[in-house]
Amino acid sequence: MAKMFEAAGAAGGVSGPPSSGEYLGDRIFRGIAWLSAFSIVVLVGYILWEVGVQAVPAMAKHGLGFIVGTTWDVNRETFGVLPEIWGTLYSSLLALLLGGVFGIAIAIFLTQDFIHHRLATVFRTVIEMLAAIPSVVFGLWGIFVLIPLLKPGAEWLHDNLGWFPLFGTDLAGPGMAPAALVLAIMILPTVAAISVDAFRRIPYKVKEAAYGMGTTRWEAILKVMLPTASSGILAALVLGFGRALGETMALAMLIGNANQISLSLFSPANTLASLLASSFPEAGELEVQALMYAALVLLVITFIVNVAGLAVQQYTIRKFEGKQ
Amino acid sequence: MSDIDLTLTADEARPVPQLGRQAFEARALKSGLLTGLTWVGAGLAAVPLFSVIYLLLVQGGTRLFSSDFVEILTGLPPAGFEMGGGIGPAIVGTLVMVGIAAAISIPIGILAAIYLGVLEPRSKMANTSRFLAKVLTGFPSIMAGVFVYAVIVIHWGYSAWAGGVALAVLMLRTVVLAAEEAMSQVPQRMKDAAYGMGCTRTQVIWKVVLPTGLPGILTGVLLAIAGAAGESAPLLFTALFSNYFISAITEPTASLSILIFNFSGMPFPNQIELAWTASLVLVLIVLVFNILARLFGQPKV
Repeated sequence: MAKMFEAAGAAGGVSGPPSSGEYLGDRIFRGIAWLSAFSIVVLVGYILWEVGVQAVPAMAKHGLGFIVGTTWDVNRETFGVLPEIWGTLYSSLLALLLGGVFGIAIAIFLTQDFIHHRLATVFRTVIEMLAAIPSVVFGLWGIFVLIPLLKPGAEWLHDNLGWFPLFGTDLAGPGMAPAALVLAIMILPTVAAISVDAFRRIPYKVKEAAYGMGTTRWEAILKVMLPTASSGILAALVLGFGRALGETMALAMLIGNANQISLSLFSPANTLASLLASSFPEAGELEVQALMYAALVLLVITFIVNVAGLAVQQYTIRKFEGKQ
Repeated sequence: MSDIDLTLTADEARPVPQLGRQAFEARALKSGLLTGLTWVGAGLAAVPLFSVIYLLLVQGGTRLFSSDFVEILTGLPPAGFEMGGGIGPAIVGTLVMVGIAAAISIPIGILAAIYLGVLEPRSKMANTSRFLAKVLTGFPSIMAGVFVYAVIVIHWGYSAWAGGVALAVLMLRTVVLAAEEAMSQVPQRMKDAAYGMGCTRTQVIWKVVLPTGLPGILTGVLLAIAGAAGESAPLLFTALFSNYFISAITEPTASLSILIFNFSGMPFPNQIELAWTASLVLVLIVLVFNILARLFGQPKV
């Protein structure tokens, strides 16, 4: 063996067994890489532990009453986040309804041969740019463009259909509708991108088979492509929902930070994330503990939603690629 | 009982299918209608982006592209009814904090990705930390702020480095997942060729995997930087805000996104104009990194 390498070296080759120094370097480098990978595990664990520890005093004091309580009053030391939980879920659900429909429509538009593939790339870039715009900028846009734009329509709806719970109040400025609309715009790129992947995974012959049966374009999409891509689209919706739950700044600027539970689209509300954003900077010790508890609630909700989304996505990948 | 006319031949008795395309058949109309709706939907979805860009250029551009752009880019933010002023401290603060975040997250992220993508892709450790990196992606960005508040701010107060660490938490996941993806696409045969020459795994990584995967890694890093520059929730109660230029990284520091957030709620037109200007600057920074990421993104493998 050694002779072979010697021969190779004599002939000007570069191959040879690693020296002991190289072995040592290899060991050390692999150790550092392992440590870095381990640091991700440590980081997630540390985040959960730290937020948990900080929340313990509030958990001990308020217990489960925190989750069903409806007042947030620092002076009386009563803290409850039911309105925030409601606002978080309601705004995200509204955003998902809108962003989901448009996101899936765009995924179909981009993958089902509606436009030339070069044009599709351009359009895809436009949607991806939407994801690149910072949340505060959308908030600013919402305050000065969307709210004035929505106001006349909201007024009309409230005046004429005020008996309907969704239009029960007037839009005084910030409120659920502008917040949910901006949220929908923000999750649209997520939903569209993951749905596009889901459609791309379908082998082309599936579509050819459908067309071969004499289906129209939309019969092929609705009866063959959509059901085949359904699990991937579900993953897109769940992950989009997860993003909506955690979105902070645009909501803190647009939702009105009102501690109330209302079905009305035009009444101000609050979410867990924007409660954290608006209360943390000026909070005293007791309120910080309560806010940590609220953060833990948000963490648990988003964790469950995201793990569910990832599981569905993994299932889809396995179904189509037969991996693992 | 016998409606069947026995004098007919088999060909005539069988219903003749119409195989031609019928433009006004109900199902063809439905298909056309849905196609139209999809076009409208796709068009509508593009409206917000163009509306945002238009307003940024109109509202923010008037101040930025005028004679006093030097004051805008270097001046201090104005108080109350004061006119003029600029966003200098916020620009510097954002760059400093993104720099701190990049210095922490990029080395750790790429090293972790080396472990996940090249060294032990199938080990239990790799699977766990890959899964957790994906879970981190779903974490609300404000949780990074809450975490850093609990770990750093409570003990040492608001500071630029607390803000940088919070941004690093958010950048890490992007860097790890993108770099792993890039490195796992390096063909096995290239690695095998290097191993066959007697390279250690470290040498294979430095001489083969990293250079080959560089475009993809760079894309991920640049996208992570772009994302961090636009973040505001994690800075809200870690870096706080300041009206002055940063003099030490242990002080509260201004950032563009927090300036936009603060000024957007003020009743003064001058501040609101500055908020738009700051938005334009922020979007330009984010877009530059995004475009760079796209330019590097063409993999050479």
